[in-house]
Amino acid sequence: MRHEISPADLHCGAHGAAAPPRPGHAAPAREDLLRGIWRENPVLVQLLGLCPTLAVTNSVANSLAMGLATFFVLLGSSLLVSTFKRVIPGEVRISSYILIIATFVTVAEMLLQALAPDIHKALGAFVALIVVNCIILGRQEAFASRQPVGRAALDAIGMGGGFMIALLLMGGIREVLGSGTFLGVSLFGPRWEPWVIMILPPGGFFTLAFLLLAIGWWKRPRAA
Amino acid sequence: MGDLVWIFFSAMVVNNFTLMLFLGLCPFLGVSGRVETALRMGAANIFVLVLTAVWVWALNTFILVYAPYLRLISFIIVIASLVQIVEMVIKKVSPVLFRQLGIFLPLITTNCAILGLAIFQTIRGYGFLEGLAFAIGAGAGLTLALVLMASIRESVELADVPAVAQGTALVLIIAGSLSLAFMGFAGLLSSS
Repeated sequence: MRHEISPADLHCGAHGAAAPPRPGHAAPAREDLLRGIWRENPVLVQLLGLCPTLAVTNSVANSLAMGLATFFVLLGSSLLVSTFKRVIPGEVRISSYILIIATFVTVAEMLLQALAPDIHKALGAFVALIVVNCIILGRQEAFASRQPVGRAALDAIGMGGGFMIALLLMGGIREVLGSGTFLGVSLFGPRWEPWVIMILPPGGFFTLAFLLLAIGWWKRPRAA
Repeated sequence: MGDLVWIFFSAMVVNNFTLMLFLGLCPFLGVSGRVETALRMGAANIFVLVLTAVWVWALNTFILVYAPYLRLISFIIVIASLVQIVEMVIKKVSPVLFRQLGIFLPLITTNCAILGLAIFQTIRGYGFLEGLAFAIGAGAGLTLALVLMASIRESVELADVPAVAQGTALVLIIAGSLSLAFMGFAGLLSSS
């Protein structure tokens, strides 16, 4: 009957998508909070939200700004969606979530423009593109729309934190190798020859590839 | 005229949406397993991109002049409704094509390439024809990247890849190499 996108399809990096929380499976608050940080990390494990992860992580400052903006949008929309979950009709829920998310993104964009115009310019269109970040829509559909406000907030903080950690990891690696700096502070002195490729688009693909390789190697089934 | 050709090629190869701007990565990683599917996905994307460009131009010219803060919200509504309409039309006109496209059609809504196109078009202040050239170029670029990726993945399937590197990590490394190759097109910029 529902002529809409199912939650599984929203996980656009389809192969790595983790299962949504089982209904009736009461996890303690700590679990809600910590799940997103590592075990179900939205970027490194579920492979969601890859566009911003690759596009804006050429410096730590950009990564931090993007992480904070996404965190704000995720927390805000989770709170609102969870509060109004009984009011939003099922048939138009996806559109409603997108509208709520777009509103918070507009607020975040205006805030960023007012507080840090340089970073806003550097991030360009990618601040507005937070709207189509599937981490946010995915959490609304899979979690916030079914859980009480408190748990939804904890989940949003965990997932937002996990996203920020992944961004900072990418941004750190790329800025240190690509520019020889960390947050603009020179690390290796004038004799360091920066790996320019790391701050260019291919560097983004390679850095994420090697991060995933490292995680895969660490989690590999160990033979006896 | 020269401008239009330039906008087309710039969007297609020099600033390829997928490989240079990281827009539309989801279908790039998700449905790039087979050349045939990749082509179909690319065609659907071009279709929606062109329609979006026309609508965004109309919105920018007639409505958003008076209410710029509604930009993002109106764009996303337009895209979501466009995809829905396209889906209904295709279902009515050609049920066969509808079945072939399957889930890819609704998924285009959450494809950042579409919203990215709308935003870039606005930032750069493209007119009607320029926007059209931009949309077709961007769509052609997406299709090119998808098909390249799919053909490489079809060949790699026969290769003996270590178990750790299989899956997304391998796809990302291929994408990085493709992106490296596409950087060569940046030379077109300086010679223009």
